[in-house]
Amino acid sequence: MSTTALTDPSPTTTTAPTSGATVHPLWVRVMHWINAIAMLTMILSGWQIYNAAPLFDFQFARSLTLGGWLGGGLLWHFAAMWVLVINGLLYVVLGFATGRFRRKLWPISFSAITSDLSQAVRLRLSHDDLDRYNAVQKALYVGVLLVGVVIVASGLAIWKPVQFHVLTALLGGYDAARYVHFAAMSAIVVFAVIHIALAALVPKALRAMIIGR
Amino acid sequence: MLRIKRLLIPGVDKKLLVRDAARLMPDVSRRRFLAGGASLGALTLLTGCDVVDGDSAEHLLAKVSKFNDAVQAAIFNPNTLAPTFSEKEITRPFPFNAYYSLDEAPTIDGGEWKLEVSGLVQNKKSWTLQELTQLPEVSQITRHVCVEGWSAIGQWSGVRLRDFLELIGADTKANYVWFRCADDYTSPIDMPTALHPQTQMTFKFGGEVLPRAYGYPMKIRIPTKLGFKNPKYVVSMEVTNDYKGGYWEDQGYNSFSGL
Repeated sequence: MSTTALTDPSPTTTTAPTSGATVHPLWVRVMHWINAIAMLTMILSGWQIYNAAPLFDFQFARSLTLGGWLGGGLLWHFAAMWVLVINGLLYVVLGFATGRFRRKLWPISFSAITSDLSQAVRLRLSHDDLDRYNAVQKALYVGVLLVGVVIVASGLAIWKPVQFHVLTALLGGYDAARYVHFAAMSAIVVFAVIHIALAALVPKALRAMIIGR
Repeated sequence: MLRIKRLLIPGVDKKLLVRDAARLMPDVSRRRFLAGGASLGALTLLTGCDVVDGDSAEHLLAKVSKFNDAVQAAIFNPNTLAPTFSEKEITRPFPFNAYYSLDEAPTIDGGEWKLEVSGLVQNKKSWTLQELTQLPEVSQITRHVCVEGWSAIGQWSGVRLRDFLELIGADTKANYVWFRCADDYTSPIDMPTALHPQTQMTFKFGGEVLPRAYGYPMKIRIPTKLGFKNPKYVVSMEVTNDYKGGYWEDQGYNSFSGL
């Protein structure tokens, strides 16, 4: 990765970018897809682990799980976690360092979210300018980043309830931390469903995340 | 390693694909290789084609698990105690758990039973139950966490393993204490964990003689490890530098499995 790729090329004050301008710099695209794959691996292996001792009165279909049995699911989960966490940490560092978070996700206001949300449910919210996120997008992207923090914290709390017992206690104890971890997974799955549905509705958004424009 | 095979998804021409994919990777540093392995796994599920059903993925996951052993050994603090609980927080009834049903559990005559001691120790004499229960007793109410995810709080009493290892002149610089059980179950415990103040040779559960369901006559209680690293019906203890494997460890459960 060259150093020039680290600076978001779109200037801060422009209106709509001319077609051909880079919407997502290379580092964002690479990390997005690494994250997508790591997240999918974590979720499918996590469902395998869940099935060994379900928290609720249901299990995930075997065909939707990774690993074949509990031991396999655990191996995948504790391998993919490194990819997810290292990639995620680098993404957050670069997001702040390059100013991308500030430009794309800030400012974020409650009134803008409610007004954009009411337009969104009436399918009137424009996705035309890929370079600028509407308030609903901002809320979802900030929200899923925060859920990412929760899922890693609750995962650590379940993995190391003795060594990290303070963290586990903060989450309400070992058993409660399992529910927190599950709730965070559910939130990410809901986000992914909306995110993928919208990408399918606005194919150029998907194209921009692949080739940058 | 039989069970590990089951973690891979069935399909086509895996070895070639994995080899080709690996060749495409510009820099085979550890992290990128891990990223590659995981992404190949997920790709399989997305496309329905099979890129990971092979020795390569199995091998890679086993390597990461070994790496995770080292990470956990580094995280392990010998002075960090497992949280303890009050008597009214004890889970009743405490679950029975094994790879077989309760009626198949070993029935051991406590009068006949002896604990064999071998390996890097000065005194290799065998110990009767009576001799062991005369040693100073400690008690704990801690949480048992199963690899499956559930947990239960119980009360265990017995002899601190650390005290016993010192008593028999064990080489506490050795790597492992390896336990064998009456049901042919085995499990290796790393020495720092064996010396942890809460690691216990357990003879009582809830203040009563250890019931058959929980490992009569002797269980090793380790509140800093997952439940499967708490062997029951123990018949021998070997202090060794060699990694001798274990019942679940050999099938793919992470060997350190620390909490």
